[in-house]
Amino acid sequence: MRKLDLSVQFAGIEMKNPVTTASGTFSARDSGQFYDIGRLGAVVTKGVASEPWAGNPTPRIGETYGGMLNAVGLQNPGADAFIADELAYLKQFSTPVIANVAGRTAEEYCLAVEKLSETDVAMLEINISCPNVKEGGIGFGTDPRMAAEITRAVKSVSKKPILVKLTPNVTDITEIAKAVEAEGADGISLINTLLGMKIDVQRKKPVLANIMGGFSGPAIKPVAVRMVYQVRRAVQIPIMGLGGIMTGEDAAEFIMAGADVISVGTAALVNPTAPVDILEELEAYMEEQGFKTIADIRQAFQG
Amino acid sequence: MKKIICGKVACNEAIARDIYKMQIQSPELGQAKPGQFVNLYLADKSMLLPRPISICDIEEGCMTLVYKVVGKGTKALSAYKEQDDIRVSTPLGNGYFIEGEELEHHTCDYRGKKVALVGGGIGVPPMVLLAKRLQEQGAEVTAVVGFPEEAFLIQELKGFCQSVHIATDRGTIGFHGNVLELIQEKEILAQEYFACGPKVMLRALSQWCQQQQLSCQVSLEERMGCGYGACVGCTCKIKVVTEAGVEIQQKGVCKHGPVFFGEEVAWDA
Ligand SMILES: Cc1cc2nc3c(=O)[nH]c(=O)nc-3n(C[C@H](O)[C@H](O)[C@H](O)COP(=O)(O)OP(=O)(O)OC[C@H]3O[C@@H](n4cnc5c(N)ncnc54)[C@H](O)[C@@H]3O)c2cc1C
Ligand SMILES: Cc1cc2nc3c(=O)[nH]c(=O)nc-3n(C[C@H](O)[C@H](O)[C@H](O)COP(=O)(O)O)c2cc1C
Ligand code: FES
Repeated sequence: MRKLDLSVQFAGIEMKNPVTTASGTFSARDSGQFYDIGRLGAVVTKGVASEPWAGNPTPRIGETYGGMLNAVGLQNPGADAFIADELAYLKQFSTPVIANVAGRTAEEYCLAVEKLSETDVAMLEINISCPNVKEGGIGFGTDPRMAAEITRAVKSVSKKPILVKLTPNVTDITEIAKAVEAEGADGISLINTLLGMKIDVQRKKPVLANIMGGFSGPAIKPVAVRMVYQVRRAVQIPIMGLGGIMTGEDAAEFIMAGADVISVGTAALVNPTAPVDILEELEAYMEEQGFKTIADIRQAFQG
Repeated sequence: MKKIICGKVACNEAIARDIYKMQIQSPELGQAKPGQFVNLYLADKSMLLPRPISICDIEEGCMTLVYKVVGKGTKALSAYKEQDDIRVSTPLGNGYFIEGEELEHHTCDYRGKKVALVGGGIGVPPMVLLAKRLQEQGAEVTAVVGFPEEAFLIQELKGFCQSVHIATDRGTIGFHGNVLELIQEKEILAQEYFACGPKVMLRALSQWCQQQQLSCQVSLEERMGCGYGACVGCTCKIKVVTEAGVEIQQKGVCKHGPVFFGEEVAWDA
């Protein structure tokens, strides 16, 4: 029997399997205390800006039925500290690094992209979809013109492939996807969190200090699968699919919908070893179905 | 490597109103430092996030946790029966600084040293393991514990402390007032204070210790996502001395704490 081959080509990078971590739910040193990071296809690191950001006040975390809310607000140490610390540490693993980039203005995105372009990251993921920052963030992701403008700007300064991460908080996701493709994005990742809110009815106050936050976890999966499916039919460039993936079968579902690779976010908070567990479950699913490659999964879908 | 292990509930019983003691057994349980916590992963998958609970005591293969029912998760926890399986992390966070590396401003030599452990409400449980370890290290341990009205874990503390002072908000048992008033009134003086409890209590105690120029360690609490440093959800503000002077940095309660020196905490920031 031929062995499983999970390897994928993703926007110019070679990955041994399609499983990656989702930005903001992975830290090399901390996640690496639970499993061997080298087993993953790639890692996507926490959002980093050109300068340090303080993020939002606490409480930043809430829980809802089958999902969670966060209002971290992209707290990060800035690109220089990120390069000196997290990136330097990640060198020891044979896993490509995709650095997630945040910004408030096109200039800020470009500054961070320029700095990161000089390192050995494999790819950059541009977050134009964070619901937790007042300026920039989601504003860029909800307007096709702005999304295109940021993509054009970062493409012009980047030496690395660019993934643009889209927000689900829009009426027509395909419009935004087409706009970033037209400006030369090498790939698209979707979805980021949905804008959500929770009220503590005992204390009669919002649960999050920031009032609203990003909604993630298994409860958002149907929205994510639908958007991956729609975007797959609207653009040619590769897709990283994420949003509520908890199991190997969830990963297969995203691949059938049109994702080339997948990311594991909230699941890694619910179970620290989730990324490698999901990889093993995906392998088990492929064995059970008689699939030899990731392409076999996609081709089997009759949609 | 840190792990999530499957433990067996050995007992889960009410020890006061809404306060439960749960013992979990697993051959995989190692040792823990006082002030460390574990994540409990509930069987009910509608509640995704783990519940962090401090380690009250730990021995070869058996861990004791004491928790208060405050919401859905702790309510579900209170329904676990003897012999039920429960998923629990190995110890997380850094405990109280009582052994190992000597810090510039702090020594871990407790022989003959007078220490006071100050617990408020559901902050009392970690004081039990702390008392045990400090006593083993030769310290003279006093506990000062405060509750709304009903006291718990007093016998356990008496096993490791030379004296246990109790305060209640309503004066139902012991001193009528809070723990700091009790310390001041009874002049419960020690060379070092260790505390866990509500933020207002930690802050008042820490300010008082600073005035007296006494060392004080406090265990902070914050809403957690992961409990191990991945989500950056649980930050607190800590004063750090750098070349440029004192600056306020954000530290993870789960990763850099939950215990900090009182004078490091930027209470108002
Ligand atoms: C490091 C650490 C150690 C802890 N140790 C203990 C312990 O030994 N015993 C114990 O009883 N509790 C402890 N807690 C608090 C415990 O984690 C919460 O009470 C529990 O998670 C609440 O879950 P729930 O589903 O019942 O409450 P929810 O339904 O989620 O919330 C109910 C109420 O509890 C409050 N709450 C929820 N989570 C927290 C939290 N993490 N901190 C403060 N308030 C919270 C909410 O604001 C709300 O008012 C600790 C917390 C931390 C961070
Ligand atoms: C705590 C937390 C922090 C996050 N931080 C970032 C971030 O810095 N950049 C980003 O692009 N997405 C961030 N996200 C969004 C996730 O990467 C992901 O898109 C989203 O959570 C949906 O996937 P999930 O349901 O698997 O978590 C964050 C999500 C969470 C829960
Ligand atoms: S709870 Fe996730 S970083 Fe502390």
